[in-house]
Amino acid sequence: MSKLTLRTEGDTFVVVTRRFAAPPAAVFAAHVEPALLQQWCLGPDGWTMPVCICDPRPGGAIRYEWQNAEGHGFHLTGEFVEVEAPHRLVHVERMHLPDPTPDNRVETTFTADGDGTLMVMRMTLPDAETRAAMLATGMADGMEVGYQRLDRMTQR
Amino acid sequence: MRAHLDTTLAALADPTRRAILTRLARGEATVTELVAPFSISQPAISRHLKVLEQAGLIVRRVDGAHRPCRLAPGAPAALDELDTYLAMLRKGMERSYERLDQLLARMHPPGRKDKP
Repeated sequence: MSKLTLRTEGDTFVVVTRRFAAPPAAVFAAHVEPALLQQWCLGPDGWTMPVCICDPRPGGAIRYEWQNAEGHGFHLTGEFVEVEAPHRLVHVERMHLPDPTPDNRVETTFTADGDGTLMVMRMTLPDAETRAAMLATGMADGMEVGYQRLDRMTQR
Repeated sequence: MRAHLDTTLAALADPTRRAILTRLARGEATVTELVAPFSISQPAISRHLKVLEQAGLIVRRVDGAHRPCRLAPGAPAALDELDTYLAMLRKGMERSYERLDQLLARMHPPGRKDKP
């Protein structure tokens, strides 16, 4: 039901879709309220987000800092461009590893789909090479494997 | 250092260049040895090697008429930096959305009807 899809469009877009079993207002809130983000937007197991700044209004700041048990960490900064609760968000983000990655412009929409929500996340990378590198290194494959695992879990 | 990651990303954007790096991870090779497994010309391989060399991912030495290539000492670090970013992106999305499903289930237990 909630299988993630990932496809490319044009030279620089990556489009991710995912369905959630909750209404758009709840999924939207989970994407902009720090107390909620800190519960799920954590990446692999073992990571926490001790700092979560999220100011969902045009020009509002985004800063997520992640940390693992060994004390390793990195952070993401960004700014909101457009905010239309509960259906649409546009923001720009970059990871600091500590060197900043190329800017990624992300448009996320949340559309009612039956009793759930269809999320469509459109990422715009700076150029075709950056996108190619991001995808070629197995992002799509890895996501598919992850969701096959999720499918097996939900079929039990 | 932003430019450094950009250069690494650009160098890795091409499947032939990634295959060359995979081959060189097993040890040094000459251009002739690298041409063999790929159905492209020697000048094309040489162009790819130049991109990899400029990105600091490979180094070349002079051995008579040959210029064998091998992975640069800094290549693992450059690739690790990229790996950290990409792995985080990929695994992070998988695991995060599973967690979000659970969070949403707590916020909106199945069967609960929301008033419009």
